[in-house]
Amino acid sequence: MLDGTGAFVEFDRVQKSYDGETLVVKDLNLSIGKGEFLTMLGPSGSGKTTCLMMLAGFETATHGEIRLQGRGINGIPPHKRGIGMVFQNYALFPHMTVAENLAFPLEVRKVGKAEQESKISRALGMVQMGAFGGRRPAQLSGGQQQRIALARALVFEPELVLMDEPLGALDKQLRETLQFEITRLAHELGITVVYVTHDQTEALTMSDRVAVFDDGRIQQLATPDELYERPENSFVAQFIGENNTLRGKVSAIDGGTCVVALDGGGEIDAVPVNVAKVGDPTLVSIRPERVEIDPQLGPGAHTLDAEVLEFIYMGDVFRTRLRVAGRDDFVVKTRNRAGQTRLAPGDKVRIGWLPADCRALNV
Amino acid sequence: MTDATHGPDAVTGVTPDTGLRIAEQRAGGEMVAADGTPLKRSLNRALRREKLRALALVAPLFLFIVVTFIAPIADMLFRSVENQIVSETLPRTVVALEDWDGDDMPEEPVFAALAQDLAIAVELKNHTRLGSRLNYETTAASSLFRRTGRGADDIGEDAADRFVALDPAWEEPATWVGLMASPDWIEAQAEWAAGADDDAGPEPRFELRDGVADALPRAADMYAAFARVIRTEDGDSPTEEEPWPIVCRALHGDLIANPDAAAGFDGANAQLLAAAAEAAPAFEVTGFRDTFLDIDEDWGDTTIWETIKAFSSPYTAGYFLSAVDLQLTADGVARQPEDRQIYGLLFGRTLFMSLTIMGCCVLLGYPIAFLLANLPMRSANLLLILVLLPFWTSLLVRTSAWKVLLQQQGVINDLLVWSGIISDGGRLALINNQTGTIIAMTHILLPFMILPLYSVMKTIPPSYVRAAKSLGATNFTAFRRVYFPQSVPGIGAGCILVFILSIGYYITPELVGGTTGTFISNRIAYHISQSLNWGLAAALGTILLAVVLVLYWLYDRIVGIDNVSLG
Ligand SMILES: Nc1ncnc2c1ncn2[C@@H]1O[C@H](COP(=O)(O)OP(=O)(O)O)[C@@H](O)[C@H]1O
Ligand SMILES: [Mg+2]
Repeated sequence: MLDGTGAFVEFDRVQKSYDGETLVVKDLNLSIGKGEFLTMLGPSGSGKTTCLMMLAGFETATHGEIRLQGRGINGIPPHKRGIGMVFQNYALFPHMTVAENLAFPLEVRKVGKAEQESKISRALGMVQMGAFGGRRPAQLSGGQQQRIALARALVFEPELVLMDEPLGALDKQLRETLQFEITRLAHELGITVVYVTHDQTEALTMSDRVAVFDDGRIQQLATPDELYERPENSFVAQFIGENNTLRGKVSAIDGGTCVVALDGGGEIDAVPVNVAKVGDPTLVSIRPERVEIDPQLGPGAHTLDAEVLEFIYMGDVFRTRLRVAGRDDFVVKTRNRAGQTRLAPGDKVRIGWLPADCRALNV
Repeated sequence: MTDATHGPDAVTGVTPDTGLRIAEQRAGGEMVAADGTPLKRSLNRALRREKLRALALVAPLFLFIVVTFIAPIADMLFRSVENQIVSETLPRTVVALEDWDGDDMPEEPVFAALAQDLAIAVELKNHTRLGSRLNYETTAASSLFRRTGRGADDIGEDAADRFVALDPAWEEPATWVGLMASPDWIEAQAEWAAGADDDAGPEPRFELRDGVADALPRAADMYAAFARVIRTEDGDSPTEEEPWPIVCRALHGDLIANPDAAAGFDGANAQLLAAAAEAAPAFEVTGFRDTFLDIDEDWGDTTIWETIKAFSSPYTAGYFLSAVDLQLTADGVARQPEDRQIYGLLFGRTLFMSLTIMGCCVLLGYPIAFLLANLPMRSANLLLILVLLPFWTSLLVRTSAWKVLLQQQGVINDLLVWSGIISDGGRLALINNQTGTIIAMTHILLPFMILPLYSVMKTIPPSYVRAAKSLGATNFTAFRRVYFPQSVPGIGAGCILVFILSIGYYITPELVGGTTGTFISNRIAYHISQSLNWGLAAALGTILLAVVLVLYWLYDRIVGIDNVSLG
């Protein structure tokens, strides 16, 4: 999505501290391209909202610079930044009707009455709330309020829209509908969106790129598929999707592959991601659906012994919990294919995987 | 996606929102519950138990309020129009005055009626109360009635002497009983007197003889009153007491008017009366009018008569008229003389000062409440304690402290002089005037403004202002268009509280208001405890209550009482 002219939004070595003792945001570098949908994903307290607020202008960066279209905006007050914003609690003005709420950004921009009206009805149409202009926010359901909040953030045609966990208070079904709506609108309008969430599914389904936050740092910034398939460290691997980890030491390393001697016994092949030399401690990570039971692998491939502890029938997949290399939380998912054998607790099996699916990460 | 007009978010089940939509769709048709009864009815049934329970919980407090609050207010409202004392004390005079035109001194019959009424009132010791009552309308009425009361005993003495001189029998109580009392009563009384020592209860109620009221109307009337009064007041019997001289005087009048009165009697009574009737025209007795003029020449002035006539009905608008600087005269309603027009001024001043105090409280309280609501918890709590501190100090102490601060030789003036802002000769008058009252009352009522404001402001999420700014509003616009409208309910609540408290405030204006800074409530207190004109106090209080209610109504119309929130 990045086009050649440089970043649309840029965080340059940004730090933030509220109390002068701890850094809530540590050395943040991030560039967001025009028209990109970027999600900040991370556990609660990891500094996502703080980053968003610095971008919106409600918090000042303690150090570093934030640039919008190449221009430093550190000194520009929020109302002059022209950034649309959607809040988690919607923040619709309760004393105004829906139409008045939408007119607000236009009025302060001194847009003419007629133009206001056409813009409002267009924005309401975009979120399919055309018939609700005369209602008060209190007369709307949560999902409807969120649509109005979205329309209000879009009605003055900002190029950048920030959303801070906008769907956090909605139920699952509604959330999925609105996820789809928001991405559709973002692409239709060509706006740049910075979206904050702690829900990884939301992040993966909506975004062009996801920045995974932890402890005030970006742990990995990548597209959803890369994030899932090639996590760069064990935090990302565990935070995104389901994941098996095995602890061990590197016993041989050779360019694109390495051999890891597991603490619980046995050896496996893995892709070295952030291990450098023989003897480095490592956590290897394998997705449950990439593990094969009684594998037909090429010669020389390592396999491990395992004992079935639990077998769960889940419809489309079987979920089997195994004891592997001394750990009994190893999970395997197998597709419910015709003729697939169903294991029973106590069965002894061998498991294995393609070396490319197994990543040796830092501890 | 579902259809656009009726909610894009397919929520199943009835939420308030879908309920609204269903109701819209069925506009006109009545909603029906599952069992087919109209929804309204089954809802009411379900709510009835709740209501009864609520009623039972409220009942004790309600009774308490009825007894201690509503009943006194009702009594006060009643007192403001009640005026039975004139017609009850001077019933004959009031009737006799009905035909009086008000131009000259009333005729003899009016004075005669007054003499009769006063004779009874003096015995019952009512005449001074009546004097005080009429004194509210005409000064000097009180002393007039007291003086007349002292002389009223002797009215008719000359007539009595003449009767006795004519026949000593007139001195005998028995003669009068024989003349006036009904035979039944005489019999009953004799029976009672025979058994009186073994506590047979009170003496039987006196009854006039048949026909005597026609033959000797005034004498019979007075004699009956005499019998009644001495029985209830002194426990005496007419069989043992010589009647009041006024009875003889009345008899004299009756005999002049009806020389054939004896015809209605028989035996000794007839002879006695016939002899008296013959001699009566020759008696030299002073007329009633002359007697009164003799006691006090003010009776010759029409003022007192006009007042009695104007206030003769049992209910009067007089107190209310006085409360709005009008007065009731014999010719109708007129303005009070210039120098007695004080209540309009006082009401105006009370309203003006209450509004000023309210305005000062808003101006001073809003920023504080804003600060309180936006500070971190710990500092906000500390500040709140400072705001509440005055509540924990006695009102009297606070007011007295203002006296110390504001007086001419007080701290503030000293400081101003010391810093050279004013000269020693030009010390400011900050107390015992309106300034003093406004300063002290603003201080005292400020917490009542801050607290509701604060509790409303605390519920305004900061994201509203942030949202406004992100939409392009400057700090000021965000405040004016988004924050301020949401704090209006707090302003409303604070204003109502402060205004209603201050309009009825009493202690502080009394202590620091001097003469120009006092409120209507101080005047009400004066009438309650000093002039004892409770009727006027009640009328003033009623007007104050009405003004507050009207303002409350206006406020509801303009601001809307739903927009008031105490948090
Ligand atoms: N206004 C503030 N004052 C002090 N500390 C704050 C403030 N806002 C957030 N923090 C702290 O900063 C950290 C990051 O918060 P936040 O950015 O809200 O995280 P997230 O949005 O990822 O949950 C948290 O530890 C939080 O306690
Ligand atoms: Mg957050």
